[in-house]
Amino acid sequence: MILALVEHDRGKPNPLSLEALTFGRRLAERADVPLHAVLIGSEARPLADLSAAYGASMVHLVTHERLADFAPAAWAQSVVEVVDAVAPEAVLGAGSDRGNEVMAHVAAKIGLAMAANCVEVEPREPYVVTRLRWGGSLLEEARLEGVPKLLTVAPHAVAAEEVSAAGEPAVETLTPALEDEDLRVRVMGRTEAAEGRVSLPEARVVVGGGRGVGSADGFAMLEELASLLGGTVGVSRVVTSLGWRPHAEQVGQTGTRIAPDLYIACGISGAIQHMVGCKAAKQILAINTDPEAPMVAKADYAVIGDLRAVVPAVITEIKKALDG
Amino acid sequence: MNVLVCVKRVPATGGRITLTPDEQEIDTRFLGFTVSPHEECAVEEAVRLIEAHGGTSVVLTLGPSVAEEQLRDALAMGIGEAILLQTDGREWDPIATANAIVDVVRSREAAGMAFDLLLFGNEAADTGDYQIGIRVAHVLGLPCVAGIKALEVRGGAAVAQREADGGREIFEVSLPAVFAVKEGINLPRYPSVPGRLKAKKKEIHRIVPEKRGGGLEKVRLKLPEEQQGEVEILGSGPEAAPRVVEVLQRLGIVPS
Repeated sequence: MILALVEHDRGKPNPLSLEALTFGRRLAERADVPLHAVLIGSEARPLADLSAAYGASMVHLVTHERLADFAPAAWAQSVVEVVDAVAPEAVLGAGSDRGNEVMAHVAAKIGLAMAANCVEVEPREPYVVTRLRWGGSLLEEARLEGVPKLLTVAPHAVAAEEVSAAGEPAVETLTPALEDEDLRVRVMGRTEAAEGRVSLPEARVVVGGGRGVGSADGFAMLEELASLLGGTVGVSRVVTSLGWRPHAEQVGQTGTRIAPDLYIACGISGAIQHMVGCKAAKQILAINTDPEAPMVAKADYAVIGDLRAVVPAVITEIKKALDG
Repeated sequence: MNVLVCVKRVPATGGRITLTPDEQEIDTRFLGFTVSPHEECAVEEAVRLIEAHGGTSVVLTLGPSVAEEQLRDALAMGIGEAILLQTDGREWDPIATANAIVDVVRSREAAGMAFDLLLFGNEAADTGDYQIGIRVAHVLGLPCVAGIKALEVRGGAAVAQREADGGREIFEVSLPAVFAVKEGINLPRYPSVPGRLKAKKKEIHRIVPEKRGGGLEKVRLKLPEEQQGEVEILGSGPEAAPRVVEVLQRLGIVPS
């Protein structure tokens, strides 16, 4: 059987886990085996029905008084004990921070290979997986050995899909033998998100600035444009490396992935590491002095020119339209 | 305090990737190389820890002879010592890489130079395996906090933070411990000229590592299919502004 880890934060499911379930269900169908889900912590109990809705015929609920909050090694131990009990042919996690982390711990505990961020799996022996490199700018075809096969599913490799006739899932409860070692790393406190600002991953409009903005002060006009459009500012890596803007605004492989309706990329050349961060934008408008810049080639619309002249003109024009 | 920081040499890829004809590597004939971004921040963090608490810092990489360049970059930033686990340049999978790092840590420990902190990047820019630090921690029996964006050492313990849903999660562990760092934890310094000169003269400890373990083997690389559309050029310079606003109205972002 295929086992999928359904990741949650204090009971709230990670949507990427539903994609992992869908990915797992299709893999299970091809291999003609059932799909089971593993849920960790008693707070996850209500997610059994959700797991069934996305194709799991059985749910392994791992509970322990010390599984109150996220603890990567304890979660991994929980998965390992389910693996020992049910001997799956593959274990899948979501290609999220936690998913990759927990599956890496599982792999280290079992002593097997793990393939992170897979987009395709050929279930023969050994598995042939296609996985992301360079944040998705490049793909690798690789052979994955071991029983079980351990892998994570790249975000948005598939769209999460409910099954038509989901039954009541069978729930098997298990209490793992957790060692103190498994709980050395656990969430011991939190600071909550600041309220009020438009968050970069959820913004409908992102106004991006790159080296072409020229200085930290140059961002004032991008701020103004973003605020007129109800959006927020994002930046390329060079801008944070130069200390012009904080890293929290960085869009790209080592920053934030954005998915706005419109990305206005100002003075950004379009390095691959940046493009993987903004490729989910529905539309891209590039403002760049270089018509040959990769960003211009990948944009839907472009203005060729210096953003320091173009952006103020656009702001004036928008204000006219708004006053209309 | 003794700090180990592990880095990876990766190509500075720029606007597009080209593969070698055998589809085994990125064609790097016209590319420079750099330290993978998360690891560059790990190096900076190691230097700051030693500046604040005293002690020694060691940078380690597994790679070809020319990876010496990235070790010297780290030395120029202020790391004290460099170890090159020299390979023929072919990729080692995560298990083999972690085992080779473990061997170094254990031999230092046997020589009375145990590390208090082992810093890694959260994932390498190229292979994105998300597991080297965790595997090393597991074999050594150490705790590992991954994905950290803040680190503070107090006495024999460390408090680390990572981002989650716009907020932060806080972890506290006693040392020795492993940390996998994310970019943004700090802003890496540019090496000074004297730092660079000093780094040039430093000895690099070269070790030929023993390759043990595997299980994830590259077959070939391929470029993702590009959904290339046509770009509509709206004009040049500020005169294009009215057409920009037309587009914004068409997209429903500015009311028309």
